[in-house]
Amino acid sequence: MTRPTAEQFQALFDPRGVVVAGASSHPGKFGFVSLHNVLAGGYEGRVFATNRDGGSILGIPTIPTLAELPDGAADLCMVCTPKGAAADVLRDGASRGVKAFFFTTAGYGESGPEGRRDEEDLVALARELGVLVAGPNGQGLVSTPARLCAQIVGPNPVRGRIGAASQSGNLVSSFMNLASSSGVGISRGISAGNAAMASVVDYVDWFSNDPETSVGLAYLEGVGEDGRGWFERMRSITTRMPVVVYKGGATAGGARAAASHTGSLASDDRVFDGACRQAGVTRAATVEEAFDTAASFATQPLPKGPRVVVVTTAGGWGVVTADAIAGSDLELVALPDDLRRSIDAKLPPRWSRSNPVDLAGAETRDTIPEVLELVAAHPDVDAVILLGVGIQSNQAKINKTGRFYPDHGLERIVDFHERQDARYARTAADVSVSTGKPVLVASELAVADPTNPGPATVRETGRYCYPTPQRAVRAMHHMWRHARRLERG
Amino acid sequence: MTAATSSTLSEAESKAVLARYGIPFPREDLVPDAVAAGAAAERLGFPVVVKLNGDGIAHKTERGLVRLRLTDRAAVEQAASELLAKATPEDGPVEVLVAQMLQGNRELIAGVAQDPQFGPTVVLGVGGVLAEALADVSIRLAPLTASDALEMLDDLRTQALLGPFRGEPAVDRDAVVTVLLALADAAMDPEIRSVDLNPLIVVDGRPVAVDALVELASA
Repeated sequence: MTRPTAEQFQALFDPRGVVVAGASSHPGKFGFVSLHNVLAGGYEGRVFATNRDGGSILGIPTIPTLAELPDGAADLCMVCTPKGAAADVLRDGASRGVKAFFFTTAGYGESGPEGRRDEEDLVALARELGVLVAGPNGQGLVSTPARLCAQIVGPNPVRGRIGAASQSGNLVSSFMNLASSSGVGISRGISAGNAAMASVVDYVDWFSNDPETSVGLAYLEGVGEDGRGWFERMRSITTRMPVVVYKGGATAGGARAAASHTGSLASDDRVFDGACRQAGVTRAATVEEAFDTAASFATQPLPKGPRVVVVTTAGGWGVVTADAIAGSDLELVALPDDLRRSIDAKLPPRWSRSNPVDLAGAETRDTIPEVLELVAAHPDVDAVILLGVGIQSNQAKINKTGRFYPDHGLERIVDFHERQDARYARTAADVSVSTGKPVLVASELAVADPTNPGPATVRETGRYCYPTPQRAVRAMHHMWRHARRLERG
Repeated sequence: MTAATSSTLSEAESKAVLARYGIPFPREDLVPDAVAAGAAAERLGFPVVVKLNGDGIAHKTERGLVRLRLTDRAAVEQAASELLAKATPEDGPVEVLVAQMLQGNRELIAGVAQDPQFGPTVVLGVGGVLAEALADVSIRLAPLTASDALEMLDDLRTQALLGPFRGEPAVDRDAVVTVLLALADAAMDPEIRSVDLNPLIVVDGRPVAVDALVELASA
């Protein structure tokens, strides 16, 4: 089977111009929403729209058919026409230089034998014309470097380095929602729909050579009949870029739902699991784990070893993090003697003097940044998890909203607390850059109060604030497995 | 290989095929009758196991065609006579397999299976009476690298079973890797459809396959 070309993918994700075929003036129709999202998303190339009845939609004067498109002015067509118009759309578009078509249209392979034949005809015609059909039965694509949101649904995610491809549109939306809420953004995102010509692995393969993308995030329901081919390609892709896969249909009930959803063939889950391990694919068990892990690959350096030190301002958080590390491939490394002595010099003796480094409330103004630097710089430490960022601002919030503010010195202390949390978050990012080691910040304030200066500053530094220590540990476990595999070759 | 009448090989033929790939088996002898079985047991040393062997015999335990822990010549001859008498016409030509009786507290299972999407796979699992309840199995696609095989072992949940256990040394991980790599080689033989090594008894830390079943790809 011939695969789509790099030029076709380029037309899809970085088009010279975009045309919406079947644009509508009714704001509830996909033909309107597609055009609206392309325009509202800030796409800077030329935008065209076809409509049989003529007139202007959202300020764009429509043309009757793609045959009236200026030659070479648009190389991506977002197709929202009824199914019967598909052949004309392909022929007319190709004749005017369109190289890639995203078909949102349903009623193809997912709908039964007749739809399957229609899909085969569509692909045959596209091949004959030398163009790419993405979808059909997909919700569209986003490409943040091109400021392109060509989708029939939201969201339009923030820019970042995660390339998402999904067999289900909903799940690509889930990943993009998490991107927007966490600030760790998306480079390219696409719902593969029925994957008539381009499958999830085709997109991920292209992402692995895309300078805008540093990690692939994929949702799958099946790998198709050629599991072996999927495996071989993934094994090669993961040497260039980490790939995180979340798979639905892992249980019998889920597999039946998947079969009726995109016609996927369920594989024995244990075989799929083994194939992922062997191909170097990071398999996540939940949507959150998949996104956490992709966000980690996108924003943190890879650990060079498994030795983790936990730095915490309070005991309980350290204890549960140590538990999570025990259940992973990571190691809660015994605190090296020289590191212990260096920290002793900074703190009164009530700190834990072991890993987790529990400061036990003994810290003064500069302690946390200084300890963090000492720990991260130590040669026997491969990674750091920092807990407790944001708790000072949590108190500041009560001070600010309480009736004594701003008197009694409260204004000054609130300002101090907020500055300190921001400083801790910034130090975590700075020492990570200066040492080349991952430094992960975990706090439920990431979701409980994202405006808290702690998590808000983590976000400003371009990093991910993990909502729980367990999730930080799990993500780091996956990063270490990937790093170890690259090292073994 | 004689695949004319059956797609599965007898235990003795299965072992002969797999021994060529380097799978370790106990010392054993295939003999035609009870007297020869007694002599074979003397040569191998007691205790021994006696089994009925034939192309058509796949479920020996269920049919009571295995006699364990035989400690003298008379017991071996009697067991061999009884097993030969149990043969049915459907079993085809039968013989008696006399093998060393191996001792070990731990059992593994391993094999080759075909996946409809991924093709030949190698399987490793925790064996023994609790195997089904534990369902502790790790699978990879053939061919394997040595680090794939090591990872299979690492992926088993019951790691405590692989360390020193009830007076026995830790499982020799390299020896398990050797078995897995041998199975992966066998898996690449287009004539072999599946392999079952059930169980592999861990003897002094090293796995030895005491039973084997090879299923051939139907012509």
